[in-house]
Amino acid sequence: MTEPLVRARGVERRYGARRVLHDVSFELGRGGALVVTGPNGSGKTTLLRLLVGLAVPSRGRIEVALDRARVGFVGHEPLVYRELTALENLDLFGRLYRVPERPERIGMLLERFGLWDARGERISAFSRGMTQRLALCRALLHEPELLVLDEPHSALDAQGAELLDQELETLVPRRALVVATHEPERLSGLATAQLALGTA
Amino acid sequence: MSGYLADVAALARKDLRLELRARDTLPAMLLFVLATLVVFHFALPADVGNDPAYGLLWVALVFTSLLGLARAWVPEREAGALDGLVLAPTDRSAIWLGKTIASLAFLGAAEVVALPAFVLFFAPLDGPALAGVVLASVGICAVGSLVSAMAAASRGREVLLPLIFLPLAIPIVVGGVGASISEEPGKFLAFLGLYDAVFAILSWAAFEYVVTE
Repeated sequence: MTEPLVRARGVERRYGARRVLHDVSFELGRGGALVVTGPNGSGKTTLLRLLVGLAVPSRGRIEVALDRARVGFVGHEPLVYRELTALENLDLFGRLYRVPERPERIGMLLERFGLWDARGERISAFSRGMTQRLALCRALLHEPELLVLDEPHSALDAQGAELLDQELETLVPRRALVVATHEPERLSGLATAQLALGTA
Repeated sequence: MSGYLADVAALARKDLRLELRARDTLPAMLLFVLATLVVFHFALPADVGNDPAYGLLWVALVFTSLLGLARAWVPEREAGALDGLVLAPTDRSAIWLGKTIASLAFLGAAEVVALPAFVLFFAPLDGPALAGVVLASVGICAVGSLVSAMAAASRGREVLLPLIFLPLAIPIVVGGVGASISEEPGKFLAFLGLYDAVFAILSWAAFEYVVTE
């Protein structure tokens, strides 16, 4: 059995007196796809932020056996600059991630997610769906080995959601995937494990 | 090291590009510093000599920088861009250094307008006074970029920034005014240089803890 890329043990997260996550444990290896489900407020977003290192657990441990250069994240926000263009945003993050053959990689992703014609437009002029597509481009830019996605289908139209599903299908055999979603059936073909969070 | 500097350059260039495009910060700083100097010009009695005017110059520069610093992290707050930077494999201090360089560019541009206006309205500026402005600007932007990042992460950012920044700027004002009016400006310039070195190192080392939990 391959060594897990992600290992969570007894993870708890509190915000003041409020406990958002309680005793969450799982392991995920390369080729694994963990689907995280649960009602609003159950801690899905918090768990994903803990996984990528944007927050720390109040109790328990999360071990990710990867450098942060090998992790991609799509959150509720697109994590880009609203007054830069799509091309400028991807170029900036491509530089920070030391993406080899950056222009070609950026061009390929923009083409694949249907944003090539809008590459020179500022993100503030993008629709929510276009912004979400750009967030996916940013997360995939450096070819991460662990991809963490928080409700990635939200705001996408049918074509965008289809594109995302196709992308995930090609990624999963070689990488690890964690997806929080309200539509687990959409990922039923990919999921190797499911984590159902309740209100803690 | 070259990778670190390339990251700093990319981040500073991004801030300059955003400002050239949105023109949110620099025009406000220019108008504020000019308006402040005009108000001081009419507020200061004509027979008090030059020394109080030098003090007012430093008040104008500190508050102008505060105006710029209050907006420094607005682009990062929008759409979660700061999280995007924190997740990138760059050293987090590069984010601070890029922001410090961009803030210094904006403050320097405001000073290019403010200093001739000061000479026009009030009194001449000699070499030590100008050296004091340069050194003080470095200190203001080094400390200010860290403090404004701390404030940006809190709900009461508009109140918190001046509350933290102004006490830290007192040594800068002491050094700047001393370099402008003292007959031995060297020791005040050395003091400003020491302040810059100490606070730049502290800010550089502390920034990681400001942007992560």
